Amino acid sequence: MTFTVPAQLETELDELLTHYPEKRSAAVMFLHALQDHFGFITPEAMEWTAARLGLQPISVLELVTFYPMFRQQPVGKLHFKICRTLSCALAGSYRLHQLFCEKLGLDCHQPGPQTTPDGRCTVEFVECLAACGAAPVLMCNDRFYEKVTEAMAEKMAAEHGFEP
Amino acid sequence: MAQEFRLILKHLDQPGYTPDLECYLRHGGYEVLKKAVSLAPVSSSDGRTITGQDKIRQEVKLSGLRGRGGAGFPCGVKWGFIDHKSGKPIYLIGNADESEPGTFKDRQIIHKDPHQLLEGMILAGYANQVQLAYIYIRGEFMEGARLLNRALAEARSNHFLGKNILGSGYDLEIYVHRGAGAYICGEETGLIESLEGKRAYPRIKPPYFPAVLGLYQCPTIVNNVETLCAVKHVMAMGGAEYAKLGSPNDPGTRIVCVSGQVKNPGYFEIEIGKVTLGELINDLAGGLREKRKLKAVIPGGSSAKVLKAGEKFKLKHRQADGKEVVREVDLLDLPYDAESLAAAGSMCGSGAVVVLDDSADVVEVLANISEFYAHESCGQCTPCREGSLWMSKILQRLNSGRGRPQDASELVRIAGQISGGKTICAFGEACAWPVESFVAKFKNDFEAKGAAAEPEEPEPLKP
Repeated sequence: MTFTVPAQLETELDELLTHYPEKRSAAVMFLHALQDHFGFITPEAMEWTAARLGLQPISVLELVTFYPMFRQQPVGKLHFKICRTLSCALAGSYRLHQLFCEKLGLDCHQPGPQTTPDGRCTVEFVECLAACGAAPVLMCNDRFYEKVTEAMAEKMAAEHGFEP
Repeated sequence: MAQEFRLILKHLDQPGYTPDLECYLRHGGYEVLKKAVSLAPVSSSDGRTITGQDKIRQEVKLSGLRGRGGAGFPCGVKWGFIDHKSGKPIYLIGNADESEPGTFKDRQIIHKDPHQLLEGMILAGYANQVQLAYIYIRGEFMEGARLLNRALAEARSNHFLGKNILGSGYDLEIYVHRGAGAYICGEETGLIESLEGKRAYPRIKPPYFPAVLGLYQCPTIVNNVETLCAVKHVMAMGGAEYAKLGSPNDPGTRIVCVSGQVKNPGYFEIEIGKVTLGELINDLAGGLREKRKLKAVIPGGSSAKVLKAGEKFKLKHRQADGKEVVREVDLLDLPYDAESLAAAGSMCGSGAVVVLDDSADVVEVLANISEFYAHESCGQCTPCREGSLWMSKILQRLNSGRGRPQDASELVRIAGQISGGKTICAFGEACAWPVESFVAKFKNDFEAKGAAAEPEEPEPLKP
């Protein structure tokens, strides 16, 4: 299967290249765009990026493995990122994480992101999201949810998830 | 009752205040920039010509403004390291990688008043002859990046940005660059590596400042979002006037983020040193919850050394007649400024105060902090990569009831092998300081957990 990038996305990426005096600088932004479009980053996407930026594929792979936001496996349509760090933990984020996992039939003790078997939801504990004044916080895809109560979490998990 | 002193946050929480250009202009936006780019060159007493750009740099230096990102380095001095005769392009980077646990001020500015950041950046760019600048924003701030891009487009189409800004002949372009979830990108040399399309491995010092060799080995200024906004206010009121605000060695206002176990967590802009930690916690953040007593305060982001309730500190204080006196103050009477916090053995850092009451288990708190550092260590230096994870594992072991009596001293021993300049960047200190201070100040809690633990049975070998 050949790896093809839609023309519109390619135009956007070409425009991105004009932002930098050196092409390599665009690598992380390329990966964001490709991940947003394809859902995750495949070896083909890395090779494509490397070719575009005049890099060896390893120079792209080392970014994918370094930056926590990049992933090499698909995640659910809804990706819940729950903040684990101090102020949120003090406000009950561990309980929220547990609640999400229970409602969606996932194991809260497993490290890393976990996805429901139907591929609808992913739950992940992440580090500080810089919204500590409104703890506990979580993100669902691009959106921030602040001062999340257990009731809110239950509703979110129930509406988007499934009963195990 | 302590009051806020809002300069940067003046408008952004007012009802009806929106992040678009029209609203910003209605509130006097870009007036400072207009004035700055039309500053005419003047001749100094020694016959040199002082251009408008020189003037801005002088004002910022005169203001004594310190960086608001964590290290607190004087902004004017940082700018002063730039070699304007190298012939290389000079870059400016707005550091919006806000990731220090407890800090949430830059996001407010970006979301509610992005043009203020842009005006500060354009001023800083103009003053330092920058033609290309970036806003490095953390990857999770997708909405923030969209808002900034919208604001940049508005600024471009209204001649505040781009070619020939406001008819001054000055060209500047600013682009938004997104990170991808790594805390270490907040470290300025790590940020530069990241912006070059590499892993965010902080660079070996010297050179100590990217001003010497920064982005693409060119002179580069990296300033925090809040610092860049403060530049606008320095220029609005004049460096000397700005320097009158706050405390003599840490002038101006700063945004303090209070979170943790208080009734009303939030961000509060204060005149530096004019508000005490106690006032921040009790007046501005609503105090502790009912029937709770203060246990500890982390005064400057999770990397700062913890301060224990009831601790007393000796502060040097200069009287009106110039005499220096030493006075003893309680933790809660500690003025919130760089000098006082340093005298207390900690720091203001990124202006993030995390409050712990007596319901908090300090061993769990430290375990939480250490897990963060173990996750975020970039892995470049062995002491930090191995040590941060080792400390985190010991703390998890203590909390799971499998600790050992010697764990407290073991933690301090490991921390001592990371801090003290043994790593390329200050992350080493950032992960060791909380451990060193928590264990020193709450030794009993750590030892009690170690002693109460059940002895670990060795796993029998499988046949």
